[in-house]
Amino acid sequence: MNAGLFPDECSEALATALALAGVVPKGISDLAALTPEMAADLDLLIVELGEEPMRRIRHISHTAETLGIPILAVIDAAQFPLVEGAAGVTDVIVSPPDAPEIGFRLRRMVNAGSGEGTISYEDLALNTLTYQALLSGVPLDLTFMEYELLRFFIDNQRRVWTREQLLSKVWGYDYFGGARTVDVHVRRLRSKLGEERAAWIHTVRSVGYRFG
Amino acid sequence: MSKQADYVLRTVQERGIRFIRLWFTDVQGFLKSVSISPQELETAFEEGMTFDGSSIDGYARVQEADMLAVPDPSTFQVLPWHDDEVVARMFCDIVRPDGSAFEGDPRTVLKRNLERASDLGYTFYVAPELEYFYFADSGPDPQALDHGGYFDLTPLDVAQEYRRKTINALEMMGIPVEHSHHEVAPSQHEIIVRYTDALTMADNIMSFRLTVKEVALEHGIYATFMPKPLERHDGSGLHLHLSLFRGEENVFHTPDDPTGLSPTGQQFVAGLLRHAREITAITNQWVNSYKRLVAGFEAPIYVTWAHNNQSALVRVPTAKRGKPASVRVEYRSPDSACNPYLALSLLIAAGLEGIEKGYELPEEVTGNVFAMSASERAEAGIERLPETLSEALDLMEGSALVRQALGGHVHDWFLRNKRKEWDRYQQHVSRFELETYLPVL
Repeated sequence: MNAGLFPDECSEALATALALAGVVPKGISDLAALTPEMAADLDLLIVELGEEPMRRIRHISHTAETLGIPILAVIDAAQFPLVEGAAGVTDVIVSPPDAPEIGFRLRRMVNAGSGEGTISYEDLALNTLTYQALLSGVPLDLTFMEYELLRFFIDNQRRVWTREQLLSKVWGYDYFGGARTVDVHVRRLRSKLGEERAAWIHTVRSVGYRFG
Repeated sequence: MSKQADYVLRTVQERGIRFIRLWFTDVQGFLKSVSISPQELETAFEEGMTFDGSSIDGYARVQEADMLAVPDPSTFQVLPWHDDEVVARMFCDIVRPDGSAFEGDPRTVLKRNLERASDLGYTFYVAPELEYFYFADSGPDPQALDHGGYFDLTPLDVAQEYRRKTINALEMMGIPVEHSHHEVAPSQHEIIVRYTDALTMADNIMSFRLTVKEVALEHGIYATFMPKPLERHDGSGLHLHLSLFRGEENVFHTPDDPTGLSPTGQQFVAGLLRHAREITAITNQWVNSYKRLVAGFEAPIYVTWAHNNQSALVRVPTAKRGKPASVRVEYRSPDSACNPYLALSLLIAAGLEGIEKGYELPEEVTGNVFAMSASERAEAGIERLPETLSEALDLMEGSALVRQALGGHVHDWFLRNKRKEWDRYQQHVSRFELETYLPVL
């Protein structure tokens, strides 16, 4: 396992736990300056939020987006509200970390990564790293918002979502145009999925939509 | 770089796309395309692609020729009709080298008019019915596929197959189709596309016309959106179903008014009717367009509205009970060969004018307007749509609303260009004249 660690001078508790778990991380002195070339041989990153949690959460989301790498945040119990929903945080562990637990979490993250970030439903597969969709192995050409909506549906199956929920979760709150946007995109997705699979997205009358 | 642009770049790489077509539209509604390679794509997103604007009808003069096409990543779509290689397209906005929006770009014109609607809290939705003909070729003697000599060579249902393939291609491009059928005239077809917001729909109509023509070409036939190719048959219309939403609420909806429209909806229709004559030069922009707007066929010629009168300019279809979202009005005069960006710009401008000025909806006309005498029509206040392109241009030239909505650049260029078209037509001696006058005069 090739783990990167930021800051390279981390807390003693974390250093000890990593040593006991048999993880020898590569120290990263500046997270914001980490380039894809420098990170090429890394499987994942460990970031300790420490004394400047907000700043590091921002760096995490930026790094995860540019490098597409899983990130474990080492946090204080009081920092849970900060990482709740934070982009790029793959998993968290509370400080001081327990050596077997951090080893387990890191191994699980690496293994999940080797699944190549694919999520699937029946014969549909979405690659979340490359944004590609395959339907029975054939590329399915989606627009970005169609892709994002389909991904949300697959991640959140068998639950009924209202149009407003979908708008805020998939499009973001600032989207102007209203709930009909959702209907338009659902209809477009159905037409691209084709007749047989169009029914994957159920219309729940006077409520919204359910996938699967 | 936006997430949308990033998505496009990744998709281009993953799919091995070798050409990306940047699409935009000239003032008369012809689709223009610049092909770029994936290497140029990132620059195109950041800076736009330079092209010579003076070579595009209705764009710049020679001395200010440099224009930039900036692709809109949300319109990225792989084209479904290339089997051998993967080609994708994006619609573009046209900007000047200093980054300012170019007012001669029809897509920019529509965006500006939609901004006015969105400032008032409205989203404008459109669903079109598109009609077109299949002919054996593009020669001056159109041969329908399903009658006459050509029939012998072609099985009856062959056009259905072309239509089915067209619909498949449209659906793969994310243009869902509601319904399609063979139209009244021989070899004429209609495809009804599901509603979406006005900007996407204008893009979709451009994609639609190209798709229909591409599929026809693949099968060695010709598809045309010419408004009136066959003298004795109906022309090809582009009926536009319009609705206005404020968030989730259809502002045209009312539970109980006999017109079927809310006060806002009534004002919107009143605006369409009051300005109908001024905007006709844009909704019906060719000399030939006015051969469709004649009595005896399904096209409207009088400025009226009704629930169920196929001769009305504006029809208010009876909405299904319990389906407030489906309340809409249908504007029936445009033809399939209009520039959709400009036509929708003027429809939204006319409708909003009606709302802002509180125009009153005239009486519904349920009777047969064609059977009324000219004086009866005058008494009822029923006006006729312009009878020729020339008359339509006169009405457009005097319209402050049209000038405001199109902007001075497009307004001036369009009038100049279309006056020339009319002059050329005026000099033409037609078959009608030769056949009617030569033997007797």
